[in-house]
Amino acid sequence: MTDLREKSVAPVVPEKVGRKRRIPPAVAILLGAALILILTYTLPPFRNYQLATVGAYFTVTAGLTVLTGLNGQLSLGHGALMATGAYTFALTQNRWLSMPLSVLAAIVVTTLAGVVIGLAAARLRGPYLAGLTLAVAVVVPSVTSTFDTTFNSDMGLSIALDPPPGTIPMERWQAWLCWAGALVTAFLLATLTRGRFGRDIRAVRDDETAARLAGVHVARTQVLAFVVSAACAGLAGALFAVLAQSVSPGAFPLTLSLFLVMAIVIGGLGRLVGALLGALLLVLLPALAQTAGERSGSQHLEGNLALVIFGVVLVVVMLAAPGGLASIRFTLRRK
Amino acid sequence: MKRTTASLLAVLLLAGACDSSGGGSSSSDVPGVTDTEITVGTHMPLTGPAAAGYSKIAPATKAYFDFVNAAGGINGRKITYKVKDDGYNPATTQQVVRELVLQDKVFAILNGLGTPTHSGVLDFLKTNKVPDLFVASGSRSWNQPDKYPGTFGFNPDYTVEGKILGTHVKDTYTGKKICFLGQDDDFGKDSLAGIEKVVGAVAAKQTYVTSNPNVGPQMGALKAAACEVVVLATVPGFTALSIGTAAKIGFKPQFVVSNVGSDPATVGKALGQAAPLLEGVVSANYLPLNTDDSSPWIQLFKKVNDQYNAGAEFDNNIVYGMSVGYLFVQSLQAAGKDLTRDGIIAAVQKNGFQGPGLVPLRFSDKDHSGYGGQQLTKVEGGKAVFIGQAYTTDDGDGAVQPYTGQAVTPPQNGIPTA
Repeated sequence: MTDLREKSVAPVVPEKVGRKRRIPPAVAILLGAALILILTYTLPPFRNYQLATVGAYFTVTAGLTVLTGLNGQLSLGHGALMATGAYTFALTQNRWLSMPLSVLAAIVVTTLAGVVIGLAAARLRGPYLAGLTLAVAVVVPSVTSTFDTTFNSDMGLSIALDPPPGTIPMERWQAWLCWAGALVTAFLLATLTRGRFGRDIRAVRDDETAARLAGVHVARTQVLAFVVSAACAGLAGALFAVLAQSVSPGAFPLTLSLFLVMAIVIGGLGRLVGALLGALLLVLLPALAQTAGERSGSQHLEGNLALVIFGVVLVVVMLAAPGGLASIRFTLRRK
Repeated sequence: MKRTTASLLAVLLLAGACDSSGGGSSSSDVPGVTDTEITVGTHMPLTGPAAAGYSKIAPATKAYFDFVNAAGGINGRKITYKVKDDGYNPATTQQVVRELVLQDKVFAILNGLGTPTHSGVLDFLKTNKVPDLFVASGSRSWNQPDKYPGTFGFNPDYTVEGKILGTHVKDTYTGKKICFLGQDDDFGKDSLAGIEKVVGAVAAKQTYVTSNPNVGPQMGALKAAACEVVVLATVPGFTALSIGTAAKIGFKPQFVVSNVGSDPATVGKALGQAAPLLEGVVSANYLPLNTDDSSPWIQLFKKVNDQYNAGAEFDNNIVYGMSVGYLFVQSLQAAGKDLTRDGIIAAVQKNGFQGPGLVPLRFSDKDHSGYGGQQLTKVEGGKAVFIGQAYTTDDGDGAVQPYTGQAVTPPQNGIPTA
């Protein structure tokens, strides 16, 4: 992973140019919030639902891109962390019926899971780290069927949710919730990575020995990066649970974890804009694949076409713009 | 940076929005209904662990609708059937049903398949007041008129089936050790409840999940418990897997299989060379059997299958799909020319439908469960044949009673009238 980043991202983000054009995170977030507000009032319900899904995906891809792009740790297990958040949310919500409490519980429990995995992850490198996180992703369905009295196996749990306040349509309410989560996450991550923590994780990514010589505690930084990223995944899991009003292992398959990694790579590793583009693709590409599948007339194609399209997009983007979609726009602007 | 991306996002979403809003123009206030068209949708496992057999249901229903459309439709309206693949994954079902209701604006969801999948969308359909007709599963969840006023079942519920299978098991295999393997959800639980109501506690019970295609440990445990009769509440792929796995470890009990997992054509295909293992397997059905050429229903469905379904291999899934189509057309006829969502729910509750079923449908304002009984079948010479007579019962403690009503024949042109 470290090699990959040195080649791709480092030359794409020359610090000087980046700093000159930087908008303060708070301004960007406020603009984003205003835009979302306008969109939720103009879009039809199903688009609002898709918009909400983009928000939920953005929450997790933002955390993942900090971990993988800035800290160089590859996680194939973020789907499982999302499942942890979603199941915690479902169980807490069905018990106490208080959404703020459930969201908080989801974040806390997933953060704890992140600490455990992160501690192990800090000792592993490259493929071994990927292997460990992969195992976490694979184990989710077995856990739900082994402890089926709690998790109700493949059928999952349905979630009791209070109806939206007032006369707000359900889909608009979902979009607000998801984007509130996503924008707060993005703001915190942007602030965090611009400070000392950001410098530390980049230093660890680029050269562990040099970082250690400079006084950075390598293992602690790696665990912290993993924990921050896990917390984001936990929140995203809770948001997905709100969106689906249910939670089941089928919502968090291995392919989800792989798609998340693909999305941040296609979008542009290590950049929140890239994470946003990736999240957008995660919603748009399957929809596109479905339409294409339906037009082709073969119903069996539908379920599998999304994978093909994702693969093709990945290949094309990597050939045309190794830095991801976010870097394309950047180079165009500089010309 | 962010602003540019955000505006990109806006443009993309708006483009999508325009695309969808430009498509449908409706002349009435009822979603999915125009003067010339009725749009209904469904979610089906066209791919994934339950696709074997079940993926043929929706095309068969669609074929029947095409047959009706070719004859002018219902009250001048043609039926458009939107089929979405959910891969038998409850999470995907959530998405595709939202798409059908919010984007495609369907009039109703018809015959959504699966207990774990459909359970998750009940609340969503209720919130949006979408009629949820003839769910393709025998879970008792569909029969909650107070909680889900728009949801109706189709299959006999698994408890009714369990009681009927249980009665046969108790009478025929008296004194033998009876065991159970079921899907780890309401399908398995309801089925087991029905069986245990009749035969008492089973000697051993095991569960499986569709996400793990290996029943070796389960069949091993049943063998170790020296089971002589094994009741399976399984989808077709797992019926084949269970029977095949048992044979591999030299375990040869009498298998008794739930209707939904028993179609010999589907299971036999999955077993391949080992298809003869199905010989003597007991199951039950409530619709005419695909191999019964003397039934006027089978003759009608075969004709429709040849003309509008490209002559797909005619198995019990096709009979099922067409029976659903027939019942939906009956409901539309009963709801009349001024079609509304409340109207069709009232029409279904009024019931009085006479169709291919061997036993009556139970619909009323207090009861939303589908067929109320079944007749036993046995595989002989690779084909299922009916044995004995049809029985009806309820999902409570009611007795299992023989049903003596007369079967009806389809109308001359194959399309029900009002």
